[in-house]
Amino acid sequence: MNRLVEISPLLYKALLETTLMVSISIFFAVLIGLPLGILLYITANPLLFKIKPLNAFLGALTNVIRSFPFIILIVAIMPLATWLTNSSHGPVFASVALSIASIPLFARLVETSFNGIDKGVIEASIAGGASLFLIITDVLIPEAKRGITQAITLTIISVVAFSATAGVVGGGGIGDLAIRYGYYRYDTVTMVATVVVLIIIVQLIQIIGDYLSQRQEGR
Amino acid sequence: MGIELKDVSKTFEVKGRKVEALKPTDLIINDGEIFGLIGFSGAGKSTLLRLINLLERPTTGSITVNGVALDRLSEKELRIKRQKIGMIFQQFNLIESKTVYENIEFVLKASKFDRHQVKSRVAELLELVGLSDKVHSFPGNLSGGQKQRVGIARALANDPEVLLCDEATSALDPDTTKNILKLLRKINKNLGITIVLITHEMEVIKEVADRVGVMSDGEIIETNDVYNIFSHPEHKVTQGFVQDIYDFVIPPHIVETDQSRVITIKFLNENAEANYVNQLYRHFDLEISILNGRIEYINDMPLGFLMLHVQGGSGEIGKLKRFIEESKGIEEAEIYE
Repeated sequence: MNRLVEISPLLYKALLETTLMVSISIFFAVLIGLPLGILLYITANPLLFKIKPLNAFLGALTNVIRSFPFIILIVAIMPLATWLTNSSHGPVFASVALSIASIPLFARLVETSFNGIDKGVIEASIAGGASLFLIITDVLIPEAKRGITQAITLTIISVVAFSATAGVVGGGGIGDLAIRYGYYRYDTVTMVATVVVLIIIVQLIQIIGDYLSQRQEGR
Repeated sequence: MGIELKDVSKTFEVKGRKVEALKPTDLIINDGEIFGLIGFSGAGKSTLLRLINLLERPTTGSITVNGVALDRLSEKELRIKRQKIGMIFQQFNLIESKTVYENIEFVLKASKFDRHQVKSRVAELLELVGLSDKVHSFPGNLSGGQKQRVGIARALANDPEVLLCDEATSALDPDTTKNILKLLRKINKNLGITIVLITHEMEVIKEVADRVGVMSDGEIIETNDVYNIFSHPEHKVTQGFVQDIYDFVIPPHIVETDQSRVITIKFLNENAEANYVNQLYRHFDLEISILNGRIEYINDMPLGFLMLHVQGGSGEIGKLKRFIEESKGIEEAEIYE
């Protein structure tokens, strides 16, 4: 019990770091991943904006980034991260790698949500003389809203998991705490405490995500 | 004016193999008429319909709608032209995440309709299709017939010149089908919109169309007024489609010989209601008994059938046959199976 009190400031700091990293990366994941997901979808759809080479290029790019083991990705983009954040370690620095890892993940999830949209609805929109832009904003996104909410939930949870590795560049965070104290120092109490915190975080995110996506059903 | 297809064909490439969905076709659909296309699935009717608003691009030929050659339009011009070609679908294809109101608003947005008038326009359209009380419902809470009414309201939102109906009643029960067809008739009459509909049900054609084209294996094999299609189907496929009204069964105990014949007389137009039977009895020395009879009304015009069993001298039977042949408005019917 004593040990728990001892580590609670550490845990609190780690929680803040995790929150910061997750917030930054999910922001960029949506900001860049959503358009990328839309682009992946419409460039493959003959009804909308089929451009095979562009689709193949974007698809390959997405796959390449997703193929990297996260730890290698962190190291590989270090110069970029340094240039962007003007630092060489810390949660913000780590967020660059986390963002880059989560953008293609989110984009693919978004694309999958779009794939679930009935082709007939898109055909009807085209027959109604709607522009591509209007179809994206008024058909694709509303129809995939539920899937997109679930994609955000899933991406946040993945970033929480990725962020454990961010410790190698001094990102900190709960996962890093578990590895450094719990694993390397055989500190079982810290290990268990951090894992429990992680479980609670993931559960909470999932519950909130499910609630929001259910609510969007609206019919 | 109207719709004109000139030498239009469509070939799809499926896994390196070429499939000719529509053979080179010429077709004129007149302004203000309801033109039905009937055929089995795979006959190419859906492809033909989608060529009219260029949802499918033709492999050859040109498509003109009210004097505008669609294939010469730019992307943007085509988009604007499409707003004048409404379309409804078998599966309704409404945006499920939007209310009835928003679904109609969507196509008004597409045409940059005056924003202040959207509300009254939507109300007007829902009034027309009889769905004013469902304005804020989601499609998921509507019945099939109601969904199709929303589809129709959406298709009419931008005052189209043409309405394309893709198996619009195939997912509906018979009563709802009748109501939707009535609505289409009303729209055609009151708004003067040209309607092109495809179906695999002759009932639909009979109920609503003025003219009909019969499709089989990627071509239109027969085009005619609906009445003529029913009274004089020429092609085998057409005969198959209208056989329901020709399905007279000869009672098995009747054995046909030179002295005993089953003759089915077809009465065209007003002759269906005229009194030919008296004449037959009066002029021929034959035993005539009625086996079956019915009058179908097609576009409010009667088409009558009378199946007779005649017995007597073979010469007299011959005379009867000649009488039928020479009389105006009646003829011997073939039985299509």
